[in-house]
Amino acid sequence: MMAIRLFEERVNDLYTRALMPGLAHLYIGEEAVAVGVCEALQPDDYITSTHRGHGHCLAKGAVPHLMFAELLGKEAGYCKGKGGSMHIADPGTGNLGANAIVGGGAGIATGAAFASKYQGTGRVSVCFFGEGALGQGVLYEEMNLAQLWKLPVIYACENNLYNEYTHYSETTAGDIMARPAAFGVAAQAVDGQDVRAVHAAASAMIDRARRGDGPGFLLLNTYRYRGHHVGDVARDYYRPKQEEQRWMADRDPIALHAAWLLAQGIADQAALDRITEELTAEMDAAVDYAMKAPYPDPGRVDEDIYA
Amino acid sequence: MPEAVAHAGRVPPKADAPVREITFGEAIREALAEEMRRDPKVVLLGEDVAEAGTAFKVLKGLVEEFGKDRVIDTPISEAGFTGLAVGAAMTGLRPIVDIMFGDFIALVMDQVVNQAAKSHYMSGGRWKVPMVIRATMGATRRSAAQHSQSLHAWPSHVPGLKVAIPSTPYDAKGLLKTAIRDDNPVVFFEDKISYAKVKGPVPEGDYTIPFGVADIKREGRDVTLVATSSMVQVALGAAAMLEEIGISAEVVDPRTTWPLDEKTLIESVRKTSRALVIDEGSFRYGVTGELASVIAEGAFYELDGPVRRLGARHVPIPFSPPLEDATVPAERDVVDLVRQMCNK
Ligand SMILES: Cc1ncc(C[n+]2csc(CCOP(=O)(O)OP(=O)(O)O)c2C)c(N)n1
Repeated sequence: MMAIRLFEERVNDLYTRALMPGLAHLYIGEEAVAVGVCEALQPDDYITSTHRGHGHCLAKGAVPHLMFAELLGKEAGYCKGKGGSMHIADPGTGNLGANAIVGGGAGIATGAAFASKYQGTGRVSVCFFGEGALGQGVLYEEMNLAQLWKLPVIYACENNLYNEYTHYSETTAGDIMARPAAFGVAAQAVDGQDVRAVHAAASAMIDRARRGDGPGFLLLNTYRYRGHHVGDVARDYYRPKQEEQRWMADRDPIALHAAWLLAQGIADQAALDRITEELTAEMDAAVDYAMKAPYPDPGRVDEDIYA
Repeated sequence: MPEAVAHAGRVPPKADAPVREITFGEAIREALAEEMRRDPKVVLLGEDVAEAGTAFKVLKGLVEEFGKDRVIDTPISEAGFTGLAVGAAMTGLRPIVDIMFGDFIALVMDQVVNQAAKSHYMSGGRWKVPMVIRATMGATRRSAAQHSQSLHAWPSHVPGLKVAIPSTPYDAKGLLKTAIRDDNPVVFFEDKISYAKVKGPVPEGDYTIPFGVADIKREGRDVTLVATSSMVQVALGAAAMLEEIGISAEVVDPRTTWPLDEKTLIESVRKTSRALVIDEGSFRYGVTGELASVIAEGAFYELDGPVRRLGARHVPIPFSPPLEDATVPAERDVVDLVRQMCNK
């Protein structure tokens, strides 16, 4: 979780210093979701991610220096600079790709689960999506198919309360949990700021899917601390500052987990500080690597259109 | 275009393979059956594809041979099963989805355009999407506006997709096998009228036809008729009529709109000095416009006049027979226009 936080803080810094082109959607505040879920997966299990995907990719095993290189459009990046922040993909870590179409990963994740069942590989796929994707019809087509065919896929709905600049209550009729229930898909709502709760719920769902008992739906209640993207600074028209401060003060996933580790005597403050220090050094080195890495040769623009 | 795209591998038919006359629809079924026998990763998904063998009965018999695990009836969720096929293709299968009526590709455009077509490029070449989207095309079945349109120009406009539009049973079998073996998403358009109506010689057993290689369906000297899919039969019929009045027409079928065999088109027109492009898609912003500009750019100095085009009238396809017949190019339209082009 701390790795994701430090990674994203550096993304924010690069972006605001105009060193990173494009768009940056930060995952800060939501770290327990990606970490809790991905810790419950095997290395060769699959995920699909979203426009707010850095956390998912890192939690599934992506390494920071290749992530930063991709974010800066460098040849050394995961996608040779052709994908960027919203499209990190990596077969090596089972990452089928971050998707900048809201709900765009639903078909791909469900299809990977179909292939897993057909080939008997035992792999599970997790489809991460924001609650905004509840407005996309294709999500329900996929949930219907997954339940009909008992596919090992988990739909992980990250409810950070806002579809871009609109509260989800203005876009979402009825009850979110009634949606999976309508298809007979096993579902659980979880405190997305509590990494152990996320992990426990995800583990149960994933085990069940792997056994052949069909898909699951996790509703992960969380909050994004920052703007929809880095440039979304003046936010009071859609949410009050006090709300943000409340979540940061009371519901921070890293602080909550640290407090639990200390209370249990699993780690002392010095150990936690050491981890933060090591991760800080790793992230700084990764940024440095990416900044120095060369851009792709423009002549390569026509490569990789076809396999 | 990289070489590898233009000329994928080609398997010729066995020299002693028996050749039968079969229909376009039978050729499609034969290609699917042979590929499913050859490769267990090939699965078929679509509405009523199993026992019903599709609304057109083209897939009849496949479920009996390959079982319901490989010939899979889906809910009426075109986006859902096409999106599922994208993910399955990325993770080891070679799915083929069946879009009953070509008009319904409007429902799968995000899966095809934003997911299937772009995954390879966006991932820097690290993921592949080997899948086939079979869709029908073609009017004159009195099916009205939502079951008749020919939309092959749409995927042809999208980098990352390949698009095949066969006109004969021989081409249909060979091109469909190539599509299934290709490591990229291929959209494969089948003319509904041709399923039962177009018959032709097809060798038994395996052969493939490379993408991006046009076929000269008839040689001629005075005018080149570039025709696709359903319009190849129209062009051949018109060429026979033109012959009687002393005009020798060459008929060239590109067979795939992407990759596109520009060379064969241009060489033919350099020889004949006149070109007419005929395609069943809507006349505006479509395949005829692209092919005509390829020819105009490549054969300008050899042309005796402007490149001409015939496409579907730019209207939603109407139901009433006399109205519908007025929307699609017919042999008579081709003959009249060619006579004008040749001053005869
Ligand atoms: C199909 C589609 N429509 C609109 C957009 C523009 N858009 C990007 S992010 C976003 C909000 C998504 O909200 P949510 O799914 O809740 O994810 P969050 O940003 O909160 O993580 C929108 C509308 C898009 N990328 N794709």
